[in-house]
Amino acid sequence: MQQVMTGDEYKKYVDSKAPDSKLLRNVIRAFSVGGLICVVGQFFVNSFSRMGFDMDVSASLTSMTMIFLGVLFTGLNLYDDLGRFAGAGSIVPITGFANSIASPAMEYKSEGYVLGVGARMFLIAGPVLVYGISASIIVGILHYLLKF
Amino acid sequence: MQQTIMSYVNAFFIGGLICAVGQVLIDKTKLSAARILVLFVTVGVVLTALGLYQKLLAIGGAGATIPLTGFGYSLAKGAFNDVDKYGLLGAFTGGIRATAAGISAAIFFGYLASVAFKPKPKQ
Repeated sequence: MQQVMTGDEYKKYVDSKAPDSKLLRNVIRAFSVGGLICVVGQFFVNSFSRMGFDMDVSASLTSMTMIFLGVLFTGLNLYDDLGRFAGAGSIVPITGFANSIASPAMEYKSEGYVLGVGARMFLIAGPVLVYGISASIIVGILHYLLKF
Repeated sequence: MQQTIMSYVNAFFIGGLICAVGQVLIDKTKLSAARILVLFVTVGVVLTALGLYQKLLAIGGAGATIPLTGFGYSLAKGAFNDVDKYGLLGAFTGGIRATAAGISAAIFFGYLASVAFKPKPKQ
């Protein structure tokens, strides 16, 4: 017997099938782009190490370079296009953190350089710093207490 | 040479994997980008404090430092190092000390971008 679905049932059926293939597609995109951004980072780490910088300095210089690139691509309006394709692949790397600062800084310029740029640039970076730094203080204190 | 090639392969897979986890969270939980970033940096701090993130870093190199969990790693490692050096004060100085280059660069370059570039007009 032919099974007949109402419009509603059909929509539910489609929804139950569709997200999985969409999820897989998004995950593959995030994996590839995120992985590639890290390969670029690895290139800078290797290059700075070869120039004779020690590991910590190389890591800091790499962060700064990647942040510079993230800001530059944001300024050229290219990072948003990458973000639409890559999703978390462009959000999670440190270039995404740079984008989260540069993007509102540019967008809110019209509200002035103090309360527009200066304040709004921390829209996303602010919470990241609040929770990241607070967590580091808590584990630091625990480390101090556990040393005894 | 082979070591260099392997460093790229490992960075690709570990970095890609961390981003893939973020994508699953976005699609399955509808968490916003800001919440994902807050979650990742905090998870990075906790995993480092437990001594687990160091193992990922030993394999992945930049694949572990470039994602925002790596920012958490630097924060926690900095706090631990400074506590060892300066005692309790170090818990308050170490995190920012270790990440100062990145934070300052992001603020300064972000500011310059707002001066130099025009935002894309809204469609």
